Amino acid sequence: MALEFKEILETIKMVQMQNLDIRTVTMGISLRDCAHPDIDVFCQKIEKKILHYAHNLKEVVEQVEKEIGIPIVNKRISVTPIAIAAEAVEVEDYTPIAQTLDKVAHQVGVDFLGGFSALVQKGFTRGDLRLINSLPKALASTKRVCASVNVASTKAGINMDAVKLLSEVVKETAELTKEEDGIGCAKLVVFCNAQEDNPFMAGAFHGVSEPEVVINVGVSGPGVVRAVLEKHPEVSISEIAELIKQTAFKITRMGEMVGCLVSERLGIPFGIVDLSLAPTPAPGDSIANILEEIGLERCGTHGTTACLAMLNDAVKKGGSMAASNVGGLSGAFIPVSEDAGMIAAVEVGALTLDKLEAMTCVCSVGLDMIAIPGDTPMETIGGIIADEMAIGMINTKTTAVRIIPAPGKKVGDKVEFGGLLGHAPIMPVHQFSSAKFIHRGGRIPAPIHALRN
Amino acid sequence: MKELTNEDKMLGLKEPKEKGENIPKAVISVLGTDRVGIIATISQSLAQYNANILQINQNILEGLFAMIMIVDTNEITIDFDQLKHTLEGKSEDLGVTVTVQSEEVFRYMHRI
Repeated sequence: MALEFKEILETIKMVQMQNLDIRTVTMGISLRDCAHPDIDVFCQKIEKKILHYAHNLKEVVEQVEKEIGIPIVNKRISVTPIAIAAEAVEVEDYTPIAQTLDKVAHQVGVDFLGGFSALVQKGFTRGDLRLINSLPKALASTKRVCASVNVASTKAGINMDAVKLLSEVVKETAELTKEEDGIGCAKLVVFCNAQEDNPFMAGAFHGVSEPEVVINVGVSGPGVVRAVLEKHPEVSISEIAELIKQTAFKITRMGEMVGCLVSERLGIPFGIVDLSLAPTPAPGDSIANILEEIGLERCGTHGTTACLAMLNDAVKKGGSMAASNVGGLSGAFIPVSEDAGMIAAVEVGALTLDKLEAMTCVCSVGLDMIAIPGDTPMETIGGIIADEMAIGMINTKTTAVRIIPAPGKKVGDKVEFGGLLGHAPIMPVHQFSSAKFIHRGGRIPAPIHALRN
Repeated sequence: MKELTNEDKMLGLKEPKEKGENIPKAVISVLGTDRVGIIATISQSLAQYNANILQINQNILEGLFAMIMIVDTNEITIDFDQLKHTLEGKSEDLGVTVTVQSEEVFRYMHRI
């Protein structure tokens, strides 16, 4: 059937006026075969392996971008959690490994490489501990390396020793990168139920059950959804859900197409499309603006959680019909600093940390890119992480915390990270202490619904 | 590139396909303010490189001049990248935005 003029125009408008883009093509590479006791040999092996598969990633993706005329914003790599790959290496400090990854990422021209990670929901191995202890230095001395630690899951409960350790790591990382408002923390995600095939940074890593090498794609397009809603100001919520579904379908088809093309050209299997609506600081490319378009004066007011729940679900429904394999986080992202509407909502006092926490119960990630006062005690950060992990654990969903205690900054100040990371107003935290709880240590047992066998 | 082993095949690896092997049809879109000579300029270039125009549609939508051409690119005398570069390079002279995309994109989005 011939294409209609208005269909062609709709696609062109999505790209030229509503910021439709493919957010990321992420190549996942297993480093499990690189294990070696000597750190120099290990680093050579990972460098060689990443170069082998990813040397032409950038070139191929850019060629596809040219042909289809839709921007593919980022090329990225995720690797096996380094705590696993490097377990056999006989050193205490893993920083040189992060530096090697940084160098390779630069060489192949990707903006971020994820997988400086550990999975410790049930407890630590020696490698896990070494990796976590290396995080502040590793994050401060690299630009492109992203780190994540999974400290909780529905099956295992919450490792409170890890929550405490990570709170210290967050504080120390902020301190080591204080010249840049604690930007090191923007590259560190603390997870519950982390996804093994997530293509989005900073939380991407190549899970242990993933294949040797794989191509995953993350789509975007909050601007497109908002523009569609703008055209239908008077319809009921049922119709809005339907419109969002249809739009998510179209956006996801682009992701599917890009994934297939890149996979064919590289000869590497196509993994999944992640259906997420990922905002950017660009005007209009905002999740908050979609919620406001539905009928909230400001994102964060009463009704926000309900609207977000509907949005998140409609995106999943539309997207899952459009792609053969979906995965990753798939939903709506609500980072603060990367979304102009969220920033505005915080600035006028409409959106608080507590409301964001409630919103994370119904959307795909968690407390993301939130700047808090630099003098926030480590135990309070621990409390914030533990709350978020509990939401993920009980609701069998992924939750995450990416929080920046900006050194020397107070409520009312701003931090500027630049680029896709955007800028953020400092948000207040509760002043009452969580210290005794955090210092108890131990593990919150898995919930009863983990016993499903 | 050395030949793929059976193990490679189990890993899902395949021979990489060459770039742009087949882009049989392209969609050329022009958006902006109307003026004399837009279609003439574009179609002159197309003729020069042996691209056959299959369909032209022009309209004013929400105050915007919109022209869309579907073009057969099977027999073009330069490669797709060059054609795209040449046509999109006319944007500035014409004061409009010219975009050249594989037709496949639109098909993928609007047809199942």
